[in-house]
Amino acid sequence: MTDATAETPRRGSGMGSLMASDDHTAKRNAREKRFRMYGLVAVCTGILMLVLLLTSILTAGLSAFRQTTIEISVTLDADRLDPEGNRDPADMGKVTTFGYAPLLRDGLIGTIEGAGIETDLGARDVADLISDESVAQLRSFVLANPDVVGQTIPVEVLASGRIDGFFKGRVTYETAELDKNISPAQLRLAEDLKAADLLRTGFNWRFITAPDASTTRPEAAGLGVAILGSLYMMLVVLCLALPIGVAASIYLEEFAPQNRITDLIEVNISNLAAVPSIVFGILGLAIFINFAGLPQSAPIVGGLVLTLMTLPTIIIATRASLKSVPPSIRDAALGIGASKMQSVFHHVLPLAMPGILTGTIIGLAQALGETAPLLLIGMVAFVREYPEAPWDGGLFDPATALPVQVYNFTQRSDPAFVERASGAIIVLLVFLLIMNLTAIFLRRRFERRW
Amino acid sequence: MPVIWMLAIIAILAGAGIVLGRKKALASAGGDSRLLHSLPGYYGANVALFVAAPALLVLAAWMVLQPILIESRVAATVPEDAYETQGDLSLILADVRRVARGLDLAVEQGTITAERAGDMRSEFTDVRQRLAEVGVAVGTEVDRTTLTAAQRYRVLEGRADLAMNVVVLLLAIGGFGLMYAKTDKDFRARNSVEAAIMVILIGASTIAILTTLGIVLSMLFETMNFFRQYPALEFFFSTTWDPSFSGRGGSSELGILPLLWGTLYISLIALLVAVPIGLFSAIYLSEYAGKKFRGFAKPLLEVLAGIPTIVYGLFALITVGPLLRDAIASPLGLGTSASSVMTAGLVMGIMLIPFVSSLSDDIINAVPQAMRDGSYGLGATQSETIRQVIIPAALPGIVGAILLAASRAIGETMIVVLGAGAAARIDANPFEAMTTVTVKIVSQLTGDTDFSSPETLVAFALGLTLFVITLGLNVLALYIVRKYREQYE
Amino acid sequence: MNDMRLTERAVDNNGTKIRAKGVQVYYGDTHAIKNVDVDIADKTVTAFIGPSGCGKSTFLRCINRMNDTISVARVEGDILIDGEDIYDKRVDPVQLRAKVGMVFQKPNPFPKSIYDNVAYGPRIHGLAKDKADLDGIVESALRRAALWDEVKDRLTAPGTGLSGGQQQRLCIARAVATSPEVLLMDEPCSALDPIATDQVENLIHELRANYSVVIVTHSMSQASRVSQKTAYFHLGEMVEYGDTGDIFTNPKDERTENYITGRIG
Repeated sequence: MTDATAETPRRGSGMGSLMASDDHTAKRNAREKRFRMYGLVAVCTGILMLVLLLTSILTAGLSAFRQTTIEISVTLDADRLDPEGNRDPADMGKVTTFGYAPLLRDGLIGTIEGAGIETDLGARDVADLISDESVAQLRSFVLANPDVVGQTIPVEVLASGRIDGFFKGRVTYETAELDKNISPAQLRLAEDLKAADLLRTGFNWRFITAPDASTTRPEAAGLGVAILGSLYMMLVVLCLALPIGVAASIYLEEFAPQNRITDLIEVNISNLAAVPSIVFGILGLAIFINFAGLPQSAPIVGGLVLTLMTLPTIIIATRASLKSVPPSIRDAALGIGASKMQSVFHHVLPLAMPGILTGTIIGLAQALGETAPLLLIGMVAFVREYPEAPWDGGLFDPATALPVQVYNFTQRSDPAFVERASGAIIVLLVFLLIMNLTAIFLRRRFERRW
Repeated sequence: MPVIWMLAIIAILAGAGIVLGRKKALASAGGDSRLLHSLPGYYGANVALFVAAPALLVLAAWMVLQPILIESRVAATVPEDAYETQGDLSLILADVRRVARGLDLAVEQGTITAERAGDMRSEFTDVRQRLAEVGVAVGTEVDRTTLTAAQRYRVLEGRADLAMNVVVLLLAIGGFGLMYAKTDKDFRARNSVEAAIMVILIGASTIAILTTLGIVLSMLFETMNFFRQYPALEFFFSTTWDPSFSGRGGSSELGILPLLWGTLYISLIALLVAVPIGLFSAIYLSEYAGKKFRGFAKPLLEVLAGIPTIVYGLFALITVGPLLRDAIASPLGLGTSASSVMTAGLVMGIMLIPFVSSLSDDIINAVPQAMRDGSYGLGATQSETIRQVIIPAALPGIVGAILLAASRAIGETMIVVLGAGAAARIDANPFEAMTTVTVKIVSQLTGDTDFSSPETLVAFALGLTLFVITLGLNVLALYIVRKYREQYE
Repeated sequence: MNDMRLTERAVDNNGTKIRAKGVQVYYGDTHAIKNVDVDIADKTVTAFIGPSGCGKSTFLRCINRMNDTISVARVEGDILIDGEDIYDKRVDPVQLRAKVGMVFQKPNPFPKSIYDNVAYGPRIHGLAKDKADLDGIVESALRRAALWDEVKDRLTAPGTGLSGGQQQRLCIARAVATSPEVLLMDEPCSALDPIATDQVENLIHELRANYSVVIVTHSMSQASRVSQKTAYFHLGEMVEYGDTGDIFTNPKDERTENYITGRIG
């Protein structure tokens, strides 16, 4: 049958001793080692990038959670703040912040003198130590507590952005030389105030609760409205995407006949999952705002857009979860005379629930971090008013969202906003971390092996 | 009657349906639930479903359609000489809505009577002043056209609201009556409920199709509008992007080529970063790494995929951009801009690493063990097996994964908005700032938008182009991956 | 089926090629192979038979260290080929496997052309001087696997497009192309139809001239048709080993007899 029985010409490798490694094999093994190293380097590069990313954000952003404040004794001159003399907030409201500014300035100068600190700065330059926002703060405090008028009270006010930056290392004497907003003399004064324990740095609750502030007041900017807006949108997404996603998955997985329409829907869903998010923004703008006339910047529109975006994720996760419930469970229910619908709702769905919830949380996390579509539906607007509660129509009030707030901060020129943007990202990442940990916990806690 | 009241009434009727349907069914069986065709609960649920579902559906549809219909009818009453372009008309209509809203408020607060609101004349009354009193600010003086239209708007709206309430209530009551009458011990309530639930399930699964349809239609119409005002040939083949907002069209040059160039250049760099790193990571993790290392490194890499793109954008803006500029671009005289194709490409590449690696990991794991055994059995080293057997076998799947990653890169927005710059140019120097399709969609659709000018409408044409490109890539990639998986199943 | 073969089955007294001493294999906590001693002769076909799960395949995979690729597997004892311990630290499994080829249960051609499948081994081991040399190696391997005439006109066609029997012969050609001295076959015919099985069995018969062939099979008739020596494995132990004729006609151990007469299996 075969005539080629002659030995194939061969190199020394096989014939010699197995113990002695020949050159060719040594070369191959060196190549093997190199290849293996490339792989390790690739994995480590990936992890290194993650570390770099997180360190860069943390170093830039952690300081946003600390804020410099100055304690001032202010004499709330009754003649100026309550010209009518009736302590009625409605009348007192006619005094604008311009009426309060001199009081605060005089209070600061008085405080400095009282502490025995000497400075040759003019009143204006001294007043620049504190944030413009603090005047508005003082005014709303007085309007809320009219009784304090006429008294001298200690108030804790925000230091200006540059002073705050000085104690965080962002501003130095050298940069102050070149900066028209701050002078080295002012920094020295701030140091003296710190030595006298009138200037302090503490945890910055305002950053989490306060609304955004104007471009010249980075020290006052907070995330309150953005967090609330994001929360509202997540509420909408949860209320819509979960039931719709589960209903669609049940139909496709349990009831849908194998035909062209089902195929079309399935291809559609997997494609929708890969459509760029900004396209959903265009959809939201065209359909929900221009066509249906819903208001711009409203959490309801953001929620609807994000719902459509996360639906494919939830459907894919839910179907996988339904698929993992073994057919024997369905057969058992059908076998004792339950209808198909009963077997699904009574047996399959509860068993698939942990998987569905995990998928939903991951979808929500994705939605929470999404920025691009929200830019197009007006969530970039500058919003200082907190939206009303959801049952008071708050879903239709203007609001922003956390990731969009980050984008907003980056568009402002004052370098102090880089710190705010990074700080906002830390808040965002903490939320995402909590959501993902919940998902992992659910998976671990309820995971079933069939 | 506010919508909330309608909802409350529907809820009450549905609640009554649950109780009464159940009661009647039990009564018809003489209190013995065993004689019923279905469980008693189904009879109640059946009545409730037929009360709520049609009524709510019609309510929702009505609320979406009503403003559109009313607006078009009001628009028809605005004399044609009052406006020049569609844009003017939409401005007028916005004023009309505002005035109508103000009149509503005024009547509600009692500052004017309902009759007065209906026959008020702009010649005799300072409408603007009246509206300001109730807290509605109108930009200009309210002229006769606007006021008449607003009054017409209110009349129509009043009629439509009334009609809606009547129709919805009738539907709810009708549903109640019909099903309550049908309720009887032999009525197949469970089948009826299940059929209704099935309709709801099917409805939910068509939302995916409706979404796609909505995407395509919304962009298609505005794109056609755009091409009516701006030649399509120039859009697709002009190499200049220079919108001018002052000139109202005409002087704008809106060529997509520089944007496409920036998009593709950045995506290319991103893939050059992500594909080798992602692929080698996948190979190492699936073929070499021990259980412990894999258990530690794989989730870490996947964390990269869970980080929102805005975070990568900020990373590009504050870290990578300045670093590249100071370390490479400036010393070599290649550019002075922190935002550049390189910055955006590198950062986007990092974002895509886990995307490529986890897809490739799945695909490599799908190559049957027999293939590896065959190669090892011949004395191949692991790397020879991977390079010469596994990768060729997995190639279609890996190509699919890369195409999906490319589609991601092309559609990515926040990283390029913050990292690539806004200057539209065609240049080979990767350290120059360039811009992409997505950046321009954002910049044309945020801030002041005028949906009649080509400078705004071009965003829809850009969006459609983007959608078509990414859809093509996705369909192709999913097809390849699917075929690949079938091969080894 | 072929009386000719029975008559020509003279017991060879070729030298010992493989010697196993006290081999133990553990899969995690499972003790899969218990203290196996066996001497396998050169230029002989040796069959391993036994009920499924008895460890015959596991033992086979020890001979070219394929068990190294399974992380939980642990091998103790000595296996010597030509007097050299293949589990010695200095031995490179890559070199070992070039010397000890393997054919698997299911035909597993690579998704490459027929030519590239066969040329794969020679290429990675650097056996060919040039293209013409490689062509020669491929041709002679295909001829030895009795496949040349069927595929010589379509060497560039994918190997996966062949029929099952052809695929398995391709895998044998692939193994032969690296000029091994030992050929291990793990149930090479279990996925094939009778005609293909016959082709492969004929081939094994011819291969004996040049190689020491070890074949694992679950089919006793196949063992009796192709082998000169037979080892019977039972629950991880090697119960009996001897000339094939003796084992099938005159088993010494009761367990072997039970298996051969079909009482267990």
